[in-house]
Amino acid sequence: MSHSFLLVRGGHIVDPATGRDEIGNLLIEGDRIVGVGDISPPAGARVETLDATGLLVTPGLIDMHAHLREPGNEEVETILSGSLSAVAGGVTSVACFPNTEPVLDNEATAEFVVLQGNRAGFANVYPVGAITLGREGTQLSEMGGLARAGAVAFSDADRTVRSAEVMRRGLLYAKMFGLPVIAHCEDQDLRGEGVMNYGRTSLRLGLAGIPEVAEDIMVARDIHLAGITQGMLHLGHMSTLDAVAQLRDAKAKGIHVTGEVTPPHFALTESAIENYDPNFKIIPPLRTQEDVDALVQGIADSTVDVIASGHAPHPPEAKEVEFVYAPPGVVGLETLFPVSYTVLVKKHGLPLSSVLQKMTSNPAKILGQDQVRGSLEPGKLADVSIFNVDSEYSIEARSFQSKSHNTCFDGMRVYGRAIYVYVGGRCVVRDGHVVHDAADNRP
Amino acid sequence: MTAMEWTHDDLIGLEDLSGEEIRFILDTAEGFREVSQRSVKKVPTLRGKVIVNLFFEASTRTRTSFELAGKRLSADVLNFTGSTSSTLKGETLNDTARNIQAMGVDMVVVRHPCSGAAHQLARVLEAGVINAGDGSHEHPTQALLDIFTIRQKLGAVKGLKVALVGDIAHSRVARSNIWGLQKLGAEVYVVGPATLVPRGLAKLGVTVSHHLDDILPKIDVFNMLRIQRERQDNNQFPSLREYSRLFGLNGKRLSRAKRSALILHPGPINRGVEITPDVADGAQSVILDQVANGLAVRMAVLFLVGSRSPSTDGGL
Repeated sequence: MSHSFLLVRGGHIVDPATGRDEIGNLLIEGDRIVGVGDISPPAGARVETLDATGLLVTPGLIDMHAHLREPGNEEVETILSGSLSAVAGGVTSVACFPNTEPVLDNEATAEFVVLQGNRAGFANVYPVGAITLGREGTQLSEMGGLARAGAVAFSDADRTVRSAEVMRRGLLYAKMFGLPVIAHCEDQDLRGEGVMNYGRTSLRLGLAGIPEVAEDIMVARDIHLAGITQGMLHLGHMSTLDAVAQLRDAKAKGIHVTGEVTPPHFALTESAIENYDPNFKIIPPLRTQEDVDALVQGIADSTVDVIASGHAPHPPEAKEVEFVYAPPGVVGLETLFPVSYTVLVKKHGLPLSSVLQKMTSNPAKILGQDQVRGSLEPGKLADVSIFNVDSEYSIEARSFQSKSHNTCFDGMRVYGRAIYVYVGGRCVVRDGHVVHDAADNRP
Repeated sequence: MTAMEWTHDDLIGLEDLSGEEIRFILDTAEGFREVSQRSVKKVPTLRGKVIVNLFFEASTRTRTSFELAGKRLSADVLNFTGSTSSTLKGETLNDTARNIQAMGVDMVVVRHPCSGAAHQLARVLEAGVINAGDGSHEHPTQALLDIFTIRQKLGAVKGLKVALVGDIAHSRVARSNIWGLQKLGAEVYVVGPATLVPRGLAKLGVTVSHHLDDILPKIDVFNMLRIQRERQDNNQFPSLREYSRLFGLNGKRLSRAKRSALILHPGPINRGVEITPDVADGAQSVILDQVANGLAVRMAVLFLVGSRSPSTDGGL
């Protein structure tokens, strides 16, 4: 079978997995990367050439924390609309969380997600299976079946596994399949009725606060459990200074634990809630400048392994209610890279390769996909994202591909629009626009 | 009255006002106090204006006070009682607001169990929004009438030591009093059990105390906030009996306070809990003055916010 070649010429290639950071070419044949650097296609081959001069060429981003709402809430997002949203932001692989209706706690529902992802035909869609049946925190779900169906991790999504013993068993059991448990670290009693960070702002606004210790205590518990089980623990959306410090210490002790942050938590503080705008209501809540500084430092020194979107779509009417009643969460697939690039690379001066590592090779490794994705090494699947990091633009919620527009970054000036995106060698974004018939061109 | 132009389309909280603006409201209220003493207790100031009292939470005295204040200014006043949660009702707060807007209302007085609801309405509505209490956030007219009463009885607020006693963490009355009193130069103490008066409140510039007896002798004004019984149901403090013993104001305690000290209470009183009957009805209590002054203060607020809508005619 003869494939045609795609030569991506003259781009700034940054591949954290291999340490490559240079102006060069990338050669794709069919669905694979076949060469990178100072290379050309074989003489006489059929070659399509893409001039990437002045553009950033990276492995397709892997977002390991998204809520795609299907099955159950298709009016808010579907696996198709979520996939479109992903590729529009340069995200070529998405792990979608199990807080769907029904819950992704069995082989059949997980297979459904994989099937819908394939039908959609844009991003690679991986299910995250529930740790416990119905995410109720009591009985373990059939992780073997979930893994068989393609689950890449286990999580009870926005619920903390309340029983330490159940969490311990979950870590032990998941380890048999070589898969991580993604922890939502929040003590329910300490959170109470809280809707934002506990502190001066919550006291002023008269909103019930969620103290940092609600997160810190659960991080401590789960790190201890990871230590005794030697399971694979991944701390989802960390928000506090102490969580980062604990992660750093746990790694130094050799405990298998990784951690993640989402852009709102390092780009914004609780002061954004000043106007009671529900688009800034997130769990865990936006914290203080001190926490933001600690998260950025954690990313800089690679204590933090992953930057994920936390993509949580909600319909407009859900956010037109009182702040207290509004559901928490913001969409994030289309802002993941531009906000990370603008805040971390442009503003804080972090090395681009270090920031990209948290959205490419690190999540690939944690999810066990690093043999096939997350790098531009020859032989890997041709998931490639090409960004323009030189031109500034405004984030516009209304032009999102996602069905929902609940962003906390509307109007923000950013760099890093995805201009070309390839998934398995197929072009799904061209000239900054999603190629809507790309799914029809599947092999 | 000082010459000053009122520039706010809404009154959401005292945190948003300057000391000068607060004094201006109080001075304006002085002028309206006299209206209630006339035989014909009515002025044509807001004739032709429509005010809606939009209450999502049960309240008799605040609603009645606003209703009467509006009527004394000759406005048409409607009472609209919403169910406690717009989500339960299936209508968003923004939709409720748009419906009110469509009826051509000039001012909306809102009481709501959620902090931020008044703020949200002000964002959506063109009509002036007056906050009559939103969750644990603010209750500006209550604090204004408290301060008005203090000023009336003690002459000035600057330099006074004012103690807010009770559940400060969940109290909108406390928050509005903290801002208002501080802006007028008073020194504010917040007193109560550590579970209801977190030390973090010191970040708002107040002195936190958990021992009423320690500060008793130096306080000029005691504002005894209402203890909400559901807080005890949540186990936020052990019992009403112990609360009363540690933080209740009784005759014996009062005898150790300044003779000139004022006792305020926003009502309704839990007699025997925050305050014993002899103190509530005693010479230092100004609780009923607060109610009377509340009317004048709310007339002033309706007048000032109402003056911001384009077609207002008439004056004092």
